Amino acid sequence: MIVETGHFALVLALVVAGLTMVVPLMGAMRGDARLMAVANPGALAQFALLALAFAALTAAYVGSDFSVQNVYENSHTDQPLIYRFSGVWGNHEGSILLWVLILTLFGACVALFGRNIPEALRAVTLSVQSSISAAFLLFILFTSNPFSRLFPSPAEGRSLNPVLQDPGLAVHPPLLYVGYVGFSIVFSFAAAALILGRIDAGWARIVRPWILTAWVGLTAGIALGSYWAYYELGWGGYWFWDPVENSSLMPWLSGTALLHSAIVMERRDALKIWTILLAILTFSLSLLGTFLVRSGVLTSVHAFASDPARGVFILLILCMFIGGALALFAARGPQMAGGALFSPISREGSLVLNNLFLSAACAAVLIGTLYPLALEALTGDKISVGPPFFNATFLPLCLPVVLAMPFGQQLAWKRGDLLSIASRLFIAVLVGGLTALAVAATTHGTDVVAIIGLGLGVFVVVGSLDDLRVRAFRSGAANALSRFAGLPRTVIAAAIAHMGVGLMVIGISATAFHEERIAAMAPGDKVQLDGLDIVFGGARRVVGPNFAATVANFAVFDGGAKVAELHPGKRTYVGRTMPTSETARLTRGLGQIYLAIGDSHGDKVDVRAYWKPWVLLIWIGPLVMSLAGLLSLTDRRLRIAPPRRVRKAAILEAAE
Amino acid sequence: MKRSLLAAAIVLWATLALALAPSERLADPAQEARARELSAELRCLVCQNQSIDDSDADLAKDLRRLVRERIVAGDSNAEVKEFLVRRFGEFVLLKPSFSIRNALLWLLPLVVLMFGFVASRRLFARRTSGAGPAGAAPLTDAEQAEIDRLTNPHS
Repeated sequence: MIVETGHFALVLALVVAGLTMVVPLMGAMRGDARLMAVANPGALAQFALLALAFAALTAAYVGSDFSVQNVYENSHTDQPLIYRFSGVWGNHEGSILLWVLILTLFGACVALFGRNIPEALRAVTLSVQSSISAAFLLFILFTSNPFSRLFPSPAEGRSLNPVLQDPGLAVHPPLLYVGYVGFSIVFSFAAAALILGRIDAGWARIVRPWILTAWVGLTAGIALGSYWAYYELGWGGYWFWDPVENSSLMPWLSGTALLHSAIVMERRDALKIWTILLAILTFSLSLLGTFLVRSGVLTSVHAFASDPARGVFILLILCMFIGGALALFAARGPQMAGGALFSPISREGSLVLNNLFLSAACAAVLIGTLYPLALEALTGDKISVGPPFFNATFLPLCLPVVLAMPFGQQLAWKRGDLLSIASRLFIAVLVGGLTALAVAATTHGTDVVAIIGLGLGVFVVVGSLDDLRVRAFRSGAANALSRFAGLPRTVIAAAIAHMGVGLMVIGISATAFHEERIAAMAPGDKVQLDGLDIVFGGARRVVGPNFAATVANFAVFDGGAKVAELHPGKRTYVGRTMPTSETARLTRGLGQIYLAIGDSHGDKVDVRAYWKPWVLLIWIGPLVMSLAGLLSLTDRRLRIAPPRRVRKAAILEAAE
Repeated sequence: MKRSLLAAAIVLWATLALALAPSERLADPAQEARARELSAELRCLVCQNQSIDDSDADLAKDLRRLVRERIVAGDSNAEVKEFLVRRFGEFVLLKPSFSIRNALLWLLPLVVLMFGFVASRRLFARRTSGAGPAGAAPLTDAEQAEIDRLTNPHS
């Protein structure tokens, strides 16, 4: 009964979405406030219905109702509760349901917190948002119904893919979707602005918090996925240039560009055409990612579905929304005249540079991801585009962006003075250069790219924070503290976010200095890493709730003293044949000792052991960036809503 | 059936705790380092987007052995790659060669960048644009005042 309620909620949500798609739009066209007023309750109702459907599916999972096909295929009574719970989105149907849930969540948030948004803009935005949810609800109901029943009902389920039985999975997809799908509301705002023909600085001011929210989720979600791959997949890599990873990186890159171009639009009323186009492209890339992952065009660890009907359906949705938005853009774009003028050497100019290179980097990822598919479809030739290609194209395109960050932060609006900033950044250049020299000296200059990368990372960290120092000490040391306290939070957040980029660059560059030991070890054998002795103590069999495992025992000695025990293992889950690896890690400072085991021969076990200095910075960097984004969201300008009087006046005016 | 095959492939992809077994390695550290470097640029043909250095598949194991054989036989890195491309096609290279067929792949990012530069030059050059958005609904005085207030919060 609960399951049918969920199914019914989905159908009802489709009807509500259809209504909310049409009525407020008509209201905005006719200037009828009563019709526009349908938008808010419509958006809220959609979210409530999706939440109900999601709760129904969750109840079926937690209660192990195997008469539901989706539950039967992805759950098992032996699974710990958290994985019966997170299993809801560990499959195609459930994850699309989560996708639409978050889509409607953003609509509901606009309805709830969008008091400062002009009535017509809000109504049309929610219309567009509802059209997206209507399209995806049709997709769910016709091709991916999570509520399909099985008869007769099996006694036991087939269990969740063991790779996905990890706490990481409980958080990674929801966070990632907040970003991925969050850009839908930005897209809807852009389409609404085009429909209404009102594109100005006020629009950018309204939309920027939503861009920021989506960006925060996407940044954290990608970082979390990367850390999960690092410890779960067993060879210590953190980014594989897998098409699915690329699908999330592309919206991140264009979303980051959008975040910056919207600043120019908000402050200077310039770059309007470009900002609107980016808003459309960013969500288009999210849709493209959804298509690539969900259609099974790429078969990889994330592709749960490989059903052509689904692929064609998503492709249709993709063409409809991207094509529609771009056509609207082409029709209205020429009417958007540019705003204030600026010199190339200025804050605006530096943000244009940021946008140029981020767009080119995004294009490199897009082409690298799609080119093999296109080539095979057109000529039948198969080529591979892997990490070496992306390292050769993507990284050089990112270099100018990172290098220019500390400069851009300090440049004045309209017309800046590069020389005076360069002299102010002297300390940062010095510290970065000395770091590079010191690393080069201690490692005998083996890896030039990594040494430059480390120097660059340190330069960015110091240079980003230097901006705050300069601003605080502008009128002498006496009131520096109070000046610092008085800085807008957006300024502080920008410095911290840029510092996060620097930290990430340091972490990534340091991977060149990883130490690796590969050995077949018998009990009593040891390997040395980072001055520590790692002694193998033997392996034993262990039986868990839904798996059998081999667990190896390692003791870590510093000098003569034992500092830790590590237990890497291999697990074979019930109902599956292939084992999964359980790595063991020991954190020392910002680095990690990383152990994974392979096959056993007699009492010998194949061991891969790493010392990875500074490795945690790879994820601390993006985490810092996300937190800085949250800090920016608390800025005074965003917290304080415009006086209510204005809104009432606007309603009265619209009603007349 | 298709689903379970897929599931098997997924799990296969993720269970490569030890790709390179200790016994496979060459005695000469310089040759072994070259082998590792090459392995990272060669695709495990039956895996999803994985180098033979990372993969535990039997085929990857065979390819690793083959690479080491060629290195010991005195081939240069380029010769080893050439040998593998002759046998398995260009699919084996994770970094596609620069050729007419792949020109688009390598050059398009640069084209985007160049196009962006040209477009942004026009942005700076366009010094005389006083025209407001034609055809769009004009702002009322109250709305213009609101925008002014929003964009200049401190004034």
